[in-house]
Amino acid sequence: MIDEATEIEPVIKVNGLTRRFGNLTAVDDISFQVAKGEIFGFLGPNGAGKTTTIRMLTGVIEPTSGSATIQGHDIRKESILSREHIAVVPEQANVYLDLSAWRNLMLMAELYGVPRDRRISEGKRLLEVLGLTNKKDSKARELSKGLKQRLMLCAALVTDPEVLFLDEPTSGLDVQSARLIRKIVRELNADGLTVFLTTHNMVEAGDICSRVAIINSGHIAAIDTPEKLRSMASKRHYVEAVFKNQAPPVEKLKSLPGVNKLESDQSIFRLYTTTPGSVATALAMLTAGLGLELDQLNTRKPSLEDVFLYYIGNGGEK
Amino acid sequence: MTASSDQCAWRRQLHGSLVILKKNVLLYYLKPPVLIFGVLFPVFFFLAFKMGRSVSPSGVVPGMVAMALWFTATAIGPLVTPWERRAKTYERLISSPISLRSILAGDVLSGFVFGCAISVIPVILCLLLTDARIANLSLLIGGILMGALSFSSLGVLLSAPPAASPSNIMLLSNLVRLPLLFVSGIFVPIGQMPGWAAWVAPLSPLSYTSALIRAAYGSVPYFPIWLCFLMLFLFTAVLFSASCRFHNMYRAKGL
Repeated sequence: MIDEATEIEPVIKVNGLTRRFGNLTAVDDISFQVAKGEIFGFLGPNGAGKTTTIRMLTGVIEPTSGSATIQGHDIRKESILSREHIAVVPEQANVYLDLSAWRNLMLMAELYGVPRDRRISEGKRLLEVLGLTNKKDSKARELSKGLKQRLMLCAALVTDPEVLFLDEPTSGLDVQSARLIRKIVRELNADGLTVFLTTHNMVEAGDICSRVAIINSGHIAAIDTPEKLRSMASKRHYVEAVFKNQAPPVEKLKSLPGVNKLESDQSIFRLYTTTPGSVATALAMLTAGLGLELDQLNTRKPSLEDVFLYYIGNGGEK
Repeated sequence: MTASSDQCAWRRQLHGSLVILKKNVLLYYLKPPVLIFGVLFPVFFFLAFKMGRSVSPSGVVPGMVAMALWFTATAIGPLVTPWERRAKTYERLISSPISLRSILAGDVLSGFVFGCAISVIPVILCLLLTDARIANLSLLIGGILMGALSFSSLGVLLSAPPAASPSNIMLLSNLVRLPLLFVSGIFVPIGQMPGWAAWVAPLSPLSYTSALIRAAYGSVPYFPIWLCFLMLFLFTAVLFSASCRFHNMYRAKGL
């Protein structure tokens, strides 16, 4: 699938990128673009190829075929130049456990050639912003998982990147750290930082991503804004009803015009349809005609999780 | 690319190597495997060789200095990459704008500095406690510097294969280091070794370092001095090139 979305100058351009490990094709001919200032979500189940894609784009592994550029620099031919524009926060916080938080920050800034005065002032500011000032001299091994992940974000940001790669940045974190990281990412994005985010958290993706790509078995199944993806998965629109005392017979609910599928969870009934308004009206009339009473009646758009399941073809529902 | 941007890129990479050196000094110089295999090993080997035998200081001291250099300079390389792979910090290094070659050069420098610094200790102790005297200081310094570079490059090469645990690589490194120790004229001058060992000795960088250090303490070197320097230079170049090649081949393994 080729992404044609970005009208603004792309920061990341991926064209036919493929990576094989022996007989396994982890990423298969994917193409997309990420525009400057976007938060681009990369969603997929475990083993879909998300981390392999990030590793190719960040120069950790070489693609088997295809090409990609970051800020115009080819990731294979100008690998070092392309890496000068990026910073990575991997899923597992990989700080140096035997160094203090401050040493970790300074080491990363030095590696990226950040001048001394700037790295000291930025380091102090970032520790303050991410609530780590009082942990400045603590060894990283003494920090909780959430604090380590915040330190990783600090170490990435102190290098002043133009593109930030976040691989499952809030996975397994406490609520406070996860919220803080999301807040910082939004603020940085508002200041112009481009973010490439992989996540399992559909609420997070729907909440902060300007566009989303869904990858499954190494292929990109869909790319668009969360809103458009929801509307494209029109079969996943549904009418949700809760009845007082007794519900109408299931056969009658299924036979309402426009109903594609019926799901019930104890007292809650979901009638999947592409025309939720007319199904809701018909349901209300059916209920009244049978002398029954509705307690709740809502029309619902699919959540990003519904869209995700729809596009990865879970159970052949697509 | 212009000459000035080439020079700038070269300086950035050199700076990156020095940052890697700084990181390794902070993190690895005092790690137990380095202290055990790099510092305690040569002490125990020396004691095992010396105790109960009447060997003249001039016969022992050059071998001891060369052995200390051998163990210390080869101790850092096999530890760093396996340790970083296990700690998941390796991925962060290779995604930084520093080439793999510069990262490995930083690792070589780490072993080089560690080897040179530690081998000064037996030199000073022997000057204070024995009657062994340095006949040619330039040869001693040259031998230590070139030996440390080639040994350190060997250590970095040995760390290339991906391993589940750093201890596996340390074991592999000892499989290489220990046999070479016995065929390189450390305990017995190469000229007095059995024929097969004298044939194998030229394949070890330790033989040339040992010859240079023996010459520095006034012995007649087994190999010509110029050949020792040339061979140590070639060993460094070949081992470092092989390190770059194999580390690149295995860079994605075990992440």
